[in-house]
Order: sequence, then C-alpha cells, then structure tokens
Amino acid sequence: MRHRPHLASGLAVFAVVGLLATGCSSSGTPAPKAESTEAPVRADADLVIWTSQEHAAMLKPFAASFGEENGISVEVQPISGELRATYVTATNSGKGPDILMTASDAIGNLVQNDAIDPLNLSADQLAAYQGVAVNAMTYNEQVYGVPYAIDNVALFRNTDFVPAVPATMEELVTTGQQLVDAGSVENVLSLPVGQNGDSYHLQPLFTGAGGYLFGTNADGTYNPDDLGLESPESIAAMTTIQGLANQGVLSTSIDADNSISLFAEGKTPFMVSGGWAIEALKEAGVNYEITAVPGFGGGTAKPFVGVQGLYISSKATNKSFAQEFVTNFIGSDVDTSLAFSAASGRPSAVTEAFVQQSATDADIKGLGDAGVLGQPSPTFPAMAVVWDPLSKAEAAIIGGADPASTLAAAAATIRQQIADAN
Amino acid sequence: MMTIIEERAESVDTARPASRPPRPRTGNGGLGVLVRYLMLAVILAVAIQAVSVTVANEQWWATAIVVAATLAVVATYATRKFVPLKYLIPGILLMLMFQIYPVFYTFYTAFTNASDGHTISKEESIEAITVNGPIVEEPDADRYALTVAVADGADPAVAPFVYLMVGADGAALLGDEEGVSPLDAPDVTVEGGKVTAADGYSVLSGVQINDRSGEFDAFSVPLQGDKAVKKIGLSEAFAGAVQYRYDAETDTIIDSTSGTVYIADNASWVPEGGGATLAPGWKQFVGFDNFTKVLTNDTVRNSFVGILLWNIAFAGLSVLTTFALGLLLALVLNRKMIGQRATRSLLLLPYALPGFITALVWASMYNKDFGLINNLTGLDVNWLGDVWWAKVALLVTNLWLGFPYMFLICTGALQSMPANLTEAAIVDGASPWRVFRSITLPLLMTSIAPMLVASFAFNFNNFTLIFLLTEGGPFPADNPSAGATDLLISYTYRLAFGGAGSQFGFAAAISIFIFIIVAILSISSFRRAIALEEVNS
Repeated sequence: MRHRPHLASGLAVFAVVGLLATGCSSSGTPAPKAESTEAPVRADADLVIWTSQEHAAMLKPFAASFGEENGISVEVQPISGELRATYVTATNSGKGPDILMTASDAIGNLVQNDAIDPLNLSADQLAAYQGVAVNAMTYNEQVYGVPYAIDNVALFRNTDFVPAVPATMEELVTTGQQLVDAGSVENVLSLPVGQNGDSYHLQPLFTGAGGYLFGTNADGTYNPDDLGLESPESIAAMTTIQGLANQGVLSTSIDADNSISLFAEGKTPFMVSGGWAIEALKEAGVNYEITAVPGFGGGTAKPFVGVQGLYISSKATNKSFAQEFVTNFIGSDVDTSLAFSAASGRPSAVTEAFVQQSATDADIKGLGDAGVLGQPSPTFPAMAVVWDPLSKAEAAIIGGADPASTLAAAAATIRQQIADAN
Repeated sequence: MMTIIEERAESVDTARPASRPPRPRTGNGGLGVLVRYLMLAVILAVAIQAVSVTVANEQWWATAIVVAATLAVVATYATRKFVPLKYLIPGILLMLMFQIYPVFYTFYTAFTNASDGHTISKEESIEAITVNGPIVEEPDADRYALTVAVADGADPAVAPFVYLMVGADGAALLGDEEGVSPLDAPDVTVEGGKVTAADGYSVLSGVQINDRSGEFDAFSVPLQGDKAVKKIGLSEAFAGAVQYRYDAETDTIIDSTSGTVYIADNASWVPEGGGATLAPGWKQFVGFDNFTKVLTNDTVRNSFVGILLWNIAFAGLSVLTTFALGLLLALVLNRKMIGQRATRSLLLLPYALPGFITALVWASMYNKDFGLINNLTGLDVNWLGDVWWAKVALLVTNLWLGFPYMFLICTGALQSMPANLTEAAIVDGASPWRVFRSITLPLLMTSIAPMLVASFAFNFNNFTLIFLLTEGGPFPADNPSAGATDLLISYTYRLAFGGAGSQFGFAAAISIFIFIIVAILSISSFRRAIALEEVNS
C-alpha cells in the first residue's frame, strides 16, 4: 500500500503536464468544453486561397472563373478563428495555401515570419490605386500585397433625429444631448469602448482632439521611434475625451456586442462604426447617413484605414498562378474591382472604381470620403504591442483615471514590450 | 479509484495462462482472425503511407518513430506473446503522442528563441531575404507582355521553357536560358499586345504550365551581372536584380542598392553600426535565457504574487462553491419525489450548453448599463469594471458552469452508496445532519476527492472562462499587463502572445514554472485525498 502515493503523484504530474501542454483543455472537468483546435490543412487543389469566413463567399465566384479560364482547380478555403496565426504556422510547416487574403496591418508580422513574398507591381498599376491603399500595402519600402478594398470607421447618423451633418464634435454632443434631454434617445453616441477599451474605434476622436500615436516622416510614413502618447497634445486630447465620458457621451458599458444594436434600435442618434455595420442597419430599417467623424473645434479626425489585400505565400506551391491571379486577374482592372468590392460592400482600392461606386452608393461614398481623411493602420510589427496597452489606457481614462499618468504607464509598457521583442 | 485499478491488475495476474491450461478465447474463430488481420493490414497500409511521406520530406526522426510504433502494434496483435499489452498499447501510444511528446517539445522550445521573426532556420532566413526577397526593378525599364512556350515539336512536359515577349515598343523578343534576343521567327502573331503564335514555337496552355509549376517558378532569363528577366504570374515579365546577396565567407548579407552590410548577430541580421534588423531572423538555442527573463522581468516580479494568490483562491473557491451546490442538489434529489427525473435533466442543462457561449451570455448580462442583472435587480453594480465585483462575477459564472458536473458525480456516488449504513445510523437515533456529517460525506469523499483535485487543477488553468468573460480585467490605470482577474495562465498568455507577437520560447519557460506550481499543489492534495481513502478502507 505504501507505493500508492507515488503512483498517484505520478498520475497527477501527467495530468497536470497534459493540462499545460494541451492548452488547458481537459475532459471530465466542470468547465467550458474547449473547441476543436485541429489545424486546417491546405485543400487539394492546384491553387488554394485562404481567407476569413466573412470574405470567402465573395471571393469564390472570382476564383471559379479564374480556374475555368486557365483550366486549373482553384479552392477558396475559409479559415475560422485566428486566420493570421494559423496561416503563419501552416505556411512554415509547408501546409499553407498559395494566396492569403486579409487586412494590411498583418503585413509586418507576415514579413517577419517569412510568410509572404514581395510583389513587383508596375508603375501604371500602382498609379491606379488610391494612395492610402498603396501606402498600407507597403512595408520597408516594398509592396507586399494587391489592395482591393478599404476599411475604416465613419460617423453613422440617424437622419430621422438629426437631418443636418454636425460640423464639429461639440455640435454633435450638443445636438445629441438635446435629444437625450427630450427623451427621444438614451445615449448621445454609440462608440464601442468596453471594459478593456477599443483604440481602433476611438482613434478618430483621439486624433480629432489633436492627439497622435506615432509621428510621421517627411514622406508620410510612420516613424516607429516617435511614440506620441506622452506628448502634451495627446494628454490634452485624452482629457477632452474624458470630458465626453463625464458627460455620459462615452461609456465602458457600450462595447462591440451592443454598439450596433443600440443605433439600429434608435437608442442613439450617432454611431462610430464601419462597413460591417451596414447589413444590420438595413435589416433594422433605420434611416441613416454615413459621413466623416467630425473633429473637435477645427481639428481633423483621422481614423485608422485598413486595406484588405491579397498576398502571395512565400511557400506557395504554385507561385506563378498565384501571381497571375493576384496581380493580373484581380489586379487593378476597374470592372473586376467594381464587382469585387460590390461583393464586399466596401469602397474599392482602385480610384476609378471608387469614383463609379460613389456615384451610385451613398454608403460607400460616405465610408470612402471618411477614409480619405484617415491614416493607414501602421504595418510595422511594433504596432502589435500598441493596441492592447493603448486600448486599456483609453478605457481607464474614460472610466475616470488621470490621463497624464495613465498614458505614461501605457507608453512605458509599450516601450518595454518593443524592447522585449527584440 | 486506485483500488479498482489495482484489483484489476491483480485479477489479471492470477488469470495468467502460465499457471493454467490455456482457455479457449473469443476471437480465435475464423471470422475473428480475419478481422484481426484486416485491421493489421489497414494499420500497415497507413504506416507505409506515412513513412513514404516522412521519407520524402527527409524527416528521419518521424520515420523512425512511425516504424517503431507500427512494429510494436504488429508484434502485439499478430502474436500471442504480449497479452496484457494488447489492452495497454493503444493507451500508451496515445499518451506518448498527446502527453509526452508535447511535454518534451515544450521543454525543447523553452531553450530556444522561438518567437515571431525567429521561426525558421538560418538557411531559410538567408533564402527568404536573398533569392525570394525584393527584386529591384531597372528604373524606367519596360514591362513585357509574356507568353510561355517551348520549341515546336518538343514534349511540352519536359522541354525547356522559352519566353515570347512583347516590349512597350511592340517589338517581339525571345527569352531563353541564353538570354534575351529579338524573336527571329518568320510568322509571329501578336494579338492584344501578346504573342499568341510564332513559327517554330508552341505556346503552352495554363494547364501545361501548371503541370510543371515548380520548375516554371524557378525559371528566369539571365541578363548581364545579377540581373534577370523575371515573370509576374503568367502574362507579365520585367528585368531586375535581387536586392540582397549573401556572402558565405564573412556570413553577411549585402544590400546591393545601398551597400549596407548586415551581420549575423543574436539570430538577426543587424546592419553594421546598428539600426533596424532585416526580417526574418532565425531560430536558435539560447540556453537558460528565457528562464532568466521570467525571473528578472519587472512586470512579472511586480504582479506575480498577487496573481498567484488570486489564482489559488479562484480555483479553490470554484471547486468549493460548485461542489457545495452540486452536493446539496444531489442530496435533495436523491429522495424519490415527483418530477425527480425532469428536475435532474433541467439541472444538467448548463453543462450541456457550450461553455464559451454561456460565458459570452453572462458577460453581456453583467453589463453595467444594459445588462440583465442590473436591469432586473435595480442595482448599479459595475460588475466587470470593479476589482472585487469582477471576481464575484467570475465565481458566479463558474458556479453556473460547474455545478451540474458536481451534481452529476455526487448523484452517482450517492446512488452507489449502501443504504444499510445510513439506515443503521437512523435506527441508532442519529439526526439527519449527523448522518450526513459522519456517514454520507466521508463515504462520498472517498470516490469524489480525486475529482475535486482534478477540478482544482483544471480551474487553476481555466483560461477560456477568464478570456471570454473579463480578459483578465479590470486593469489598473498604471499597469495594462496585469488585471484584477488574471490567472497565471491568462497573464502569461498576454506576456507571451498578447503584445509583442508570439514569443513561444518565453511562453514555454513560463509554462514550465506554472507546471511546477500546479504539480506541487496537486501532489499534496492528492496525498490528502488518498489519506482519506485509506482511513475509510
């Protein structure tokens, strides 16, 4: 009987190691059951494209017609969950696709992990795209992807409550507050903050109040060494934002889960959101108009502009066809781009196509015009360490923390993590 | 639990055929043998398929492991020499695959710098930067419209490729292994800016190129110096040169446009005199660096003790509350009553729903302004925004998720408990509380204590719940890396994966530390559980 504890401790060790090693999933224990985390594997086709669930359906007809034209089989594989991390892992173990489709802020990380190839687009082709789209696809002075659609937040306004576009944020707050006081709405503005912040959605307010995240070089590219969080301008901007929170305009109770429904149900006259909200709003039948987010006073609100693009895997088994599809088939052709971005419901990255879209679709025009004022989402890998501390600092300030010291702590964390990563 | 295993082992011992005449076995009939050999054939077929793949990829270790495992399986099931192994080998193989291998891999990773930017070998890194790296296009150079062909009459499956190109001036050019020359064919058809037919050449179709895609990707037309005509896809080509060149003698990479020399240093290509490194770097062994980094990390040092205490409290309280509620309900429903079965089924509902959906629903119910809880009760509690309320919210949610399991195992244990003991106690005049304290609970603990330990170990690393409900928050304004409801596992996840990309080596080192903590806690509680068992027996 004496050997029992040893056997038991041996089993305990195995059990524990198992818990750690398998990412803390376990059977027979009282807890949420872990999802199946089986890694996706490249489909069996000549040319394979990976994208998110959301974008797969729109890409399929284009892939099919390309396959028909060239007599090869093309498969669009939707990847659920963490598309980028899955893609990097699969690519490095030789099971990845030929083409990846995702937003531009992934580029730095993908290049760092040798997962995508640089492209050589002709000068004509580059000139056909909107400037912000080419900037977003560029990393270390190299173009890495073919842009096709532009994504950014803008101001959604319920036209039943507010017929006129507010010129400044102050005007927006006054108008909204009157509606709240009159009892027609519950909140002035629906902007997702959540307990842990959302720096992507807050960026137009932060820049519109004069703050800046990274300084820019003379050529308009970001300077990762110039972190602007502790600058007096940024502190002043966050103080202004805290003022809005004190008036009840911003709140940590509004988050990604409820922000769109608040606006769709007519509980707020204003919302800061992007193209992904349109479908829900049309379903709800609310009357709205999309315009740029106004700045405070005379300031300009600059939302982050993310650009959706197609990239060629550095381990593609069929590079030539991948290049043909990305640079020549999708490329910068106006008609293809129109069909492509119409399917995605976003402004096209091709200037001419965007002009044509704007003439017929007010939503896309509004989003696109707001994006013109924006700045590309930084692509350098250091940006990855910024989102989380910045979002949390913003949530803390909206919750009442001192702007100067909170921003200083966030900046210190960001610097520390950049140093750790190198 | 242990007793059962041991009794079984003993019964196997006494039934060993050596001391008895061999018994007739089931499965020895014609059909049984056939099924057995069919299964073995399937296993062999799968193994051969696997070996052919691993050999093709030159993965010798994997090959050796597959061969060894297959031999073990065949030797066990094709002969009668290893009867006990027949029962154990599937479990052993699965344990090696899913428990032991990941453990070794975690230890191995802890001693490397594996992280974003350091995931590939040095050779792959050189290749990525030089051959597959940026190509500098000639300034103002022409783009060519490209047609891919082979010499007429040659086999399109093996013949060397030639490029039939049309420049901006409309002149047709020929590119082959020799270089670029004017296309000197009597009859060249150019349609839509592309050569569509030329005497002496047969144009390849997409399918024909696709059949030779690897070969085609590697083909380019050489020009003077480092330059070459490269294709973009199937219909465009341009002249350019690779930007970076590797010098094996000095182990440096040279930028041919700016002349900058990059030195191999600390698994990265660092420019002489410092500056931004050239991506990607490579993976290498770093000894105990990751472990020292854990121990000297400022944020780890400042927050570790607080998080560890909360972690123990969270796991302990989760087990305690779920067990208490589960046991109470099991006791109540152990008596025959109307609707017993229906109530039992209803109580299992939270367990039957996917946990992550439940957690997200609870997260929205806790919302301060729009959440169900505050709206129904008229409270104004900032559930997820207040340090203490967030902890309460977590425990309540975990109680909801966890009590059905405890209810289930307690019900099972109660039903298998002999009724005569409790009846005897009642006859002796013991109060219901006394019966519960002195008879039911001790008997129950014998079978349930190990489950409680397992539940503790699970909740100690209950990443999913934390991540879905609070993400570790609320966070103090001055420290975005350690939240009030962070467990060690969610905290280290943020350190290793949350910010600066994925730092696999660092994460592996931390998980070894967590492993040591959980192992110590679990071993000591298992000992107590076993002591309890021995007292009872």
